[in-house]
Formats: sequence, C-alpha cells, structure tokens
Amino acid sequence: MIEALLIKLVIAAVVFGGVLNLAGLHTWVERKQSALIQDRIGANRAPIFGFKLLGLFHAVADAIKMFTKEDVVPRGVDRTLHALAPFFSVFFALVAFAAIPFGPQLVLGERVIDLQVAKIDAALLYIFAMLSLGVYGVILAGFASRNNYAIMGSIRATAQMISYEIALGIALIGVLMVYGTMDLGKAVEAQGHTIAGGWIPLWGIVAQPVGFVVFLTAALAETKRLPFDLPEGESEIIGYFVEYSGMKFGMFFLTDFLETILVACLATTLFFGGWQVPYLQPDGFHFPWGAELPLANWIYVLLGVTSFTIKVLAFCFVFMQIRWTLPRFRYDQLMDLGWKGLFPIAVVNVLVTAVVMILLGGGA
Amino acid sequence: MAVKVVQRPQLTFWEKLYIPQILCGLRITFRHFFRNLFLHIAHRFGRKTDVRAGVTYQYPEELRPLFSRLRTRHRLMVRGNGAPRCVGCMLCETVCPAKCITIVPAEHPDPDVEKFPVRFDINLGVCVYCGYCVEVCPEDAIRMDTGILDIAATSREAMKLDLHELMNPELRKPVAACGLDFPHQCGVHGGELRGSWEETLAALTHPE
Ligand code: SF4
Ligand code: SF4
Repeated sequence: MIEALLIKLVIAAVVFGGVLNLAGLHTWVERKQSALIQDRIGANRAPIFGFKLLGLFHAVADAIKMFTKEDVVPRGVDRTLHALAPFFSVFFALVAFAAIPFGPQLVLGERVIDLQVAKIDAALLYIFAMLSLGVYGVILAGFASRNNYAIMGSIRATAQMISYEIALGIALIGVLMVYGTMDLGKAVEAQGHTIAGGWIPLWGIVAQPVGFVVFLTAALAETKRLPFDLPEGESEIIGYFVEYSGMKFGMFFLTDFLETILVACLATTLFFGGWQVPYLQPDGFHFPWGAELPLANWIYVLLGVTSFTIKVLAFCFVFMQIRWTLPRFRYDQLMDLGWKGLFPIAVVNVLVTAVVMILLGGGA
Repeated sequence: MAVKVVQRPQLTFWEKLYIPQILCGLRITFRHFFRNLFLHIAHRFGRKTDVRAGVTYQYPEELRPLFSRLRTRHRLMVRGNGAPRCVGCMLCETVCPAKCITIVPAEHPDPDVEKFPVRFDINLGVCVYCGYCVEVCPEDAIRMDTGILDIAATSREAMKLDLHELMNPELRKPVAACGLDFPHQCGVHGGELRGSWEETLAALTHPE
C-alpha cells in the first residue's frame, strides 16, 4: 500500500515537475523562436557567473521578477475572488495533466506500473471537465476586478472558450468512435495497430484527419493563444487580467503555457499515437519487411516515454510557429469560424465516421 | 466627374479554405526560422560570418552609425581661453518650446564681451530635442552633436545638465570642483554646483 502510494507520488512529482519546467522553458522558447522567425537575436543576456546559455536564465529572471513585484489589488475588489481566480486557472490546467498517459506499462518484478498519475476510465471526460472549469478562472478574474474593461474581456474570453469547446468536443467524438473508449491509456494502445500490410501505424491522424484539423484549431482557440488571443490581446485589447500584477498575473501567464502543453499532450495522445513508436510492439520491433528486434521491457518503456516527450515538444514547437505566423482574428471572424466553420465540419465528420465504420463492419 | 471603380480583391476558393494559406504562411516563418538557426550555428563555428543572422544591433556593444544631422545631447561650445562661447543672450531660453533651458547671465569683466552665463542648465527630462535652441543661437554657442544617446538617469535631478556638463560632455554629475578658469561665479556655494538656480540668482543679485 505504502509502496503504491510512493510510486504514485514519484510519478506525480515527475509529471508536474516536468510540466511546470516545460512551461517555464516555454517563455524562453517563445522569445528565441520569435526572434529567429523575425530575423532578430532574442533574449541573450541575464548571465549567471558569466554563463549566458543563449539567454536561458531569462526564465529564472522572469520568475524572480514576478515573485518580487508589487502585488496591486485595486480598491473595492472582492479580495477573496480576486485572489482565487488565478489559482483556479492554474489549478484546473495542472490537474488535467493527471490523466495523460506518458508511457506504456512498466513491469518491475511483480508490479505493473501505469505511467499515468491517475488511471481514470473516463479520462477524456475528466480532461474536458477541467478544461471547461478553466473558464471559471477567467470569468472570476474579470468579475472580481471591478473593472468594466476586465469584465468585458472576460465575457469575450468566456464566449470564445465555450463556443470552441463545442467544436472541440464534437471533433473528439469521431476519435471516441474509432477507439471505442474514453480511457486515454486504452486509446493509445488501440493506436498500436497497423494498416496497409503493417506499413502505416493506425494513429488517430490517419483515421481522423479532419477531426485532427478541427481539434487543433479549436484547441488553439481554447488556449487563448494567437491567432485566437482576443481575450488577452497583449498590447491592444484590454483583457480580463488587466487588474492583476505580480505573481497573480504570472499565474495567468503560466496557465496559458500549461494549456498549450496540455493541448500538445492531448493531440499527441489522441492523434499521434501517444507513446507508441512506429513498429514497436511490447516485445520489440516488428518491421513490416519482416525484420524483428526483441527488446527488454524497460527499453520499451524508455522508448515510449521518449517518443511521447518528443511528440509533445514537436507540437509545442508547431503551436509556437503558428502563434508567430498568423495575425489575430477579428471577433466576428472568430465566432464565424467557430460556429459556421468548425462546428458543421465536426458534425459531418462524426456522421462520415459512423457511416464508414458501419460499412467496414468493425464499429458498433 | 469620372467615377473610379475600385476593384476589391476577391478571395479565391483556394484562399477561402484557410488551411492552404496558413501553410503558405508557415512556410515563410519556417524558412526564416531554419535559415537563421543554421546561420547562428554556423557563426558559432566561425563560418559564414559575412551573412548576418539578425538584422538587429546588439546595442550597448554594437553602436549604430549615426547620421551626422541627428540631434543628440547638447553641448556648449568653448572658446580658446576655456570660457563658454555663449553670450547669455537668452534667445535659446526664449525659443525653447519645452521651457527647459535656464540661463543666469552676468556681466563679463572683459569690456569686449557683454555678458556670459553664470549658470546654464538644460533639463533633459523635459527637452523635446527639437533643436530650436541650436537654430536660434547667434553665436553658434550651443550644438546638439555629441552623439550621446543614452541619456538616462536614476533621478530627475540627474537629468538636469549644468554648465560644466554641457561644456564637457565627458563630465557627469556630481562635478567635484569647478575647473573653469574664466570669471565663472558658480562658487556661490563654496565652489560646488548645487541648489536651485533661483538660489544662485538671489546670491548673485543680492550678495550678503
Ligand atoms: S532642443 Fe528644443 S526643447 Fe531641447 S533645449 Fe533645445 S529648444 Fe529646448
Ligand atoms: S542663444 Fe546661444 S548665445 Fe544666446 S544664450 Fe543661448 S547659447 Fe547662449
């Protein structure tokens, strides 16, 4: 019992530590990547003992700055809610990571360990619930600020998040139909199959390409990053966190990055085979041309975790690239895209998936 | 009256699909990204150093060439004998739209020179760098050609340049000793430049 608890604690520490550090690293990646795209150099100062490490310590400097900054609470705000809002945002973004499986089952002697903080049958529903609860942080921030601009910003944000959540959910129904499970661990296992004589791994992107595009777009809108950053509008539009400063603002900032990573994790898990490596089965590689390479369980697990990490990082990279490529949508365009574009496409996708599955005779 | 019909560009079907256009945009950003990434790595190994990876200047280390007409920090011209060329005509103080020049003129002991500035302060925190003071000066006594751009200070006081700093752009406050050897009467505070100019004026006009 104690052992099981310890193992869970270690896994939780690894996942949340990793995710939080990745979020911190994102600030650096954001600076450097945008700099390279725009022919600049990017942050390259903040040396520690003369080592600059390409400006990597700017993330540390940021954290110190955020923590030591004055925390201004405007007069007349609801102090409890004002303080709670950023915590809600970060909390719901963080706990959602618990249901992400980041590796195959590890066998240690007698014990079989799931590399997942919480093995939930309805993991997908759980993540969705947490993503939706994230809206609370946003609306509370606007509401508690006693600032008309802030509340307008938070209403904009809420409308955007709720609209896109629908498209997001319907896009995933297709995936659910293909895998027949809400358990993310099982969904990843289901992606271990191959088609076309074993050449193409049957990842979600192969089975649900349209669903993937809709999911990606809606998920980007859900994370409130460019080109869907109307709720924040870093420089021009007044967003919901206008009355926040210091670390409270930092937490909203952190939430953004956490949500980006969460969406990257979800996209990897549902559409890019999670921890699956092409042609890798639990007992080793089975190449379609007949070659085989047996592997020990721990190597299999290691490869799985590495593959998952690389895929997530690649998604983060692509999201960042999209963020620095596309200009912001206008608000009516945003709603048009959500309701007249993604929503019908997602519904049609579900219908087509159902028909195809009946024709293939495999599905329900 | 001729009517001009403006042809608004219509999006083609291909462009309305969004996704191909997004990919086109991504192609541009990816091209820049990998080109610059490659160049940065190549520079590390001392290759391709003739191609710049960034168009930006690393400012404090790498100074941009300044155009010769750029208006930068002021300086007061100095005569051969070390005295300021300024004759205290007050034209620059009068023309200054920001009202940031303060001059206290006094009678010069040399009968050939009528007046000279006892104090000449420019509050750079207020100056708008219009250059009118330079234009208006009959003696070409004030110029804005020092090339100093990094005018920053930690207090408002430090943004106020006095005569010493204006005559020698190298000097920065506090100027320890008044080294001007013309009859410069800033020694009202015992050789120290401090206090407001009103105080100085009072001390000069009503000596106790
Ligand atoms: S540049 Fe313009 S504002 Fe500045 S001191 Fe001269 S006249 Fe005044
Ligand atoms: S206009 Fe020239 S001469 Fe007249 S007070 Fe100003 S600097 Fe001196």
